[in-house]
Amino acid sequence: MHPSKTDDTLMPKAFYFLAIWVASLIAVPTTAHAGLFGNQLMVNGAGATFPYPLYSKWFAEYQKLHPDIAINYQSIGSGGGIRQLLDETVDFGASDAPMTDEQLKKAPRPIVHIPATSGAIVMTYHLPPLKSPIKLTGALIADIYQKKITKWTDPRLLELNPELKTLFANGVDSDILVVHRSDGSGTSAVFTEYLSKVSESWKKEVGHGTALRWPTGIGGKGNEGVTSFVKQIPGSIGFVELVFAKTLKLPYALLENPRHEWVDASMESVTAAAEGALKNIPADFRTSITQVNAPNAYPISSFTYLLIPTKPAPGDHGQYRAILDFLKWGLTEGQKLSPALFYAPLPKSLVERILKRVNQLEVAK
Amino acid sequence: MSQRQLSTRKIVNVAGIALIVALSLLALSPLISVLYYVVAHGWRALSLDFFTKLPLPVGETGGGIGHAILGSIILVVMASIISVPIGLGMGVLLSEYRHLRISRLLGSVVDLLASIPSIVIGLFAYAIVVKPFHGFSAHAGAIALSIVMIPIVARTTEEMLKLVSQTVREAGLALGLPRYRMILRIVVKGSLGPILVGVILAVARIAGETAPLLFTAFSSQQWFQGLSQPIASIPVQIYNYAISPYDDWHEKAWGGALILILMVLGLNLSIRLFLARKNQTRSRS
Amino acid sequence: MNSHSENRGDRVFRLVLYVFAGIAFALVLGILVFLWNLGWPAIHQLGLRNLFSSEWNPPLHAFGISPFIFGTLVSSFWALVIATPISVSAAILLTDLAPRKFGQVFGFLVEMLAAIPSVVYGLWGLFVVIPWLRVDVQPFLRNHFGFLPFFQGQIYGVSIMAASIILAIMITPTITAICREVFNAVPQVLREGVLAMGSTRFEMIRIAVLKSSKSGILGGMVLGLARALGETMAVTMVIGNTADLSWSLFAPHQTMASAIASEVAEANGLHLSALGVVGLVLLLISGMVFFVMRSILVKKPKGAKR
Repeated sequence: MHPSKTDDTLMPKAFYFLAIWVASLIAVPTTAHAGLFGNQLMVNGAGATFPYPLYSKWFAEYQKLHPDIAINYQSIGSGGGIRQLLDETVDFGASDAPMTDEQLKKAPRPIVHIPATSGAIVMTYHLPPLKSPIKLTGALIADIYQKKITKWTDPRLLELNPELKTLFANGVDSDILVVHRSDGSGTSAVFTEYLSKVSESWKKEVGHGTALRWPTGIGGKGNEGVTSFVKQIPGSIGFVELVFAKTLKLPYALLENPRHEWVDASMESVTAAAEGALKNIPADFRTSITQVNAPNAYPISSFTYLLIPTKPAPGDHGQYRAILDFLKWGLTEGQKLSPALFYAPLPKSLVERILKRVNQLEVAK
Repeated sequence: MSQRQLSTRKIVNVAGIALIVALSLLALSPLISVLYYVVAHGWRALSLDFFTKLPLPVGETGGGIGHAILGSIILVVMASIISVPIGLGMGVLLSEYRHLRISRLLGSVVDLLASIPSIVIGLFAYAIVVKPFHGFSAHAGAIALSIVMIPIVARTTEEMLKLVSQTVREAGLALGLPRYRMILRIVVKGSLGPILVGVILAVARIAGETAPLLFTAFSSQQWFQGLSQPIASIPVQIYNYAISPYDDWHEKAWGGALILILMVLGLNLSIRLFLARKNQTRSRS
Repeated sequence: MNSHSENRGDRVFRLVLYVFAGIAFALVLGILVFLWNLGWPAIHQLGLRNLFSSEWNPPLHAFGISPFIFGTLVSSFWALVIATPISVSAAILLTDLAPRKFGQVFGFLVEMLAAIPSVVYGLWGLFVVIPWLRVDVQPFLRNHFGFLPFFQGQIYGVSIMAASIILAIMITPTITAICREVFNAVPQVLREGVLAMGSTRFEMIRIAVLKSSKSGILGGMVLGLARALGETMAVTMVIGNTADLSWSLFAPHQTMASAIASEVAEANGLHLSALGVVGLVLLLISGMVFFVMRSILVKKPKGAKR
């Protein structure tokens, strides 16, 4: 009779299935850690969107030379990069604005700031085509972002840019639609630090940092998000790194520097700012190069930093060495890739200082 | 009733029905619009490269999202491995032990679990996997997805098992089978097809889930590097590309959307046709 | 169905199933516990009054989450306002107006609306709906109805209006499905009786079907609300990501779900903890809606459908 014969096999069978299932649930995660699947060493980084076009080019070129290393960088904003670095969920971080003393104190391993390149923050806007870029002073920008100037036809704007009047002649909507950052942003920190320098009311009422209460406007995610908004929304204005405006062929304003010169953002004018500030750069490289008083220096220039711990993580199996090697490549060969993407290569004397510091890290490791 | 009142009512009748029809068709217009745009724009993005290559550096056109397609497959398979057995077990409990109080309680808990927003589930997975293990990983993403999937599988399994007629169960018991054998050998075995259908529907649901992956599996620019590393997925890639300013990436986002739509709608459509045919044959016999 | 003669195999089997059930309980409990754990530092250090203030400014340690609650509630409200008439109409069409074949196709299409992933809606919303709103709809509304606070302010396109519209599209299938069940459950005799008294078709629908289904429709709306509360991706992509409290429908906002989605990756310390509280509040509101829904919607016995 059937039942008695098959009775004994069902239960054990079911249990075997169950046991195998539970075992695989446990075994897979624990063995996967051993890197059974990838023949490349994976290095994880996260942070600033400001230098991302350059970094992504760097990673691609570096990987051509070192196919065994895969660098995975997520451009989530400087704030995110710093946070991930402090949480040790990434091997390195990236930020346009230097970390504050407060943040550095929280780091499990001490952090070193390595300037990677420098760039310009430009005021890009979406208006019908004009013959030449508009001119903006720092004070005007601060007032626009503080909602004190709300229309493109505001007299103070028309004073500098009379051609704006013709654009809005027949009752065309002339609202200025302000775009800022919704995420924690080093670009914001540098931009607002500049605004604090050029506008007392901004300094008092808004201040500066990677994230803040913007008096008006909408927030884009990353430099990319801001560029996206300005590209799509007529009448808008936003602050982005130069390469984003250039790649998307968006116009950007001429700005006034401390010498009352009208400066166009370019590799040259950023270099002028960096070199003008050279002697003030401290040993840990944390500095600002906005509003540098030097001929043809672009007023909203900024270094951007790679944030590297001073020693490898406990679970490190080669990432730290790879990062240091990549750094040295970036500071030398990588600099040659900057001009094509409108970033300014670091001044030679600065590179020497930085390399010295990186070599110390090697020794310490 | 006066003639005027009657004709007013007639006019109201026609107008009212016209309104109902108009609003109903309004409900469909987004569907048509979405499908149109996804197909029209996504079509251009599809190429061999799209399926097999990695993304190129920012701003360059070309490359593909092969890594995200692979990543989605891996995440969905992992999530299924975790959630299908669990959901199956729950489904059996819900269907075959309805008379027990714990079964009814489980029903409420499953519904409660299903009503939790997937972003909150992602937050939970972040707290229990990403934070303690210091990193985004495919594990975390799979766990988040599996939590979303479990209630779906449980409920569809229950529905499918309930379709088995009570007489079959009683016949099994009458033959002297212990309850568990009756359930496994007869009810479950007989419903494997429909249960599989339920699982496929659940898979279709979570393949398009983005929120739970945003800070668990995170994202990646590389091919698969191991389960404890971040991993790309189609929905997250669509999101990242959509909010970027590059036209080439926008096109790829539409392409990714086309893949998702084809898969999701294709699965739903074929299952519906399959079930419809099955019902026809069933009612005939 | 006799529990006396349960042998050992049955008992073991049942216990294994209980373990699986236990996983469900553990998950729900676990989510509550871990979210509470995550949010506790913010609750403890900031206090409830600060947490529920209207100022969200992380660097200044202001973590008032009210703007997110406002964004969620307002967008869900408008989504319901838009979706309910449409869903009820679609359900009526399916149950009372359409011939069978057409009804099957139509019903299938409405369900396909539900199958489209949220991120695809977001993509479509970003590139199709937003430009349409920014160029056509919102200027029109501002020019003609600008005296209402809802239609004032600057026009970006990304706005709570965009989020509400997309949410309405996404919850329509949900409400339609419930209404369909409810309308089908209305006894045919009721319809026939009203018609026999000489009513027009539309009147019959109003009197026989809609009037007797009020609580069912309400249940459908509550279920739609539940779906709208948790919607993340489509909302994040079109709402403008700004913690704001504004009556203007053109203004960008942030919902609880979109706040979590945009900020967790870069939040730390109190900021992350405050986002955990946002998650908790979202969880609690979803839970409350869930229980309200249960009390309204009584499970229909299978087979009541036509």
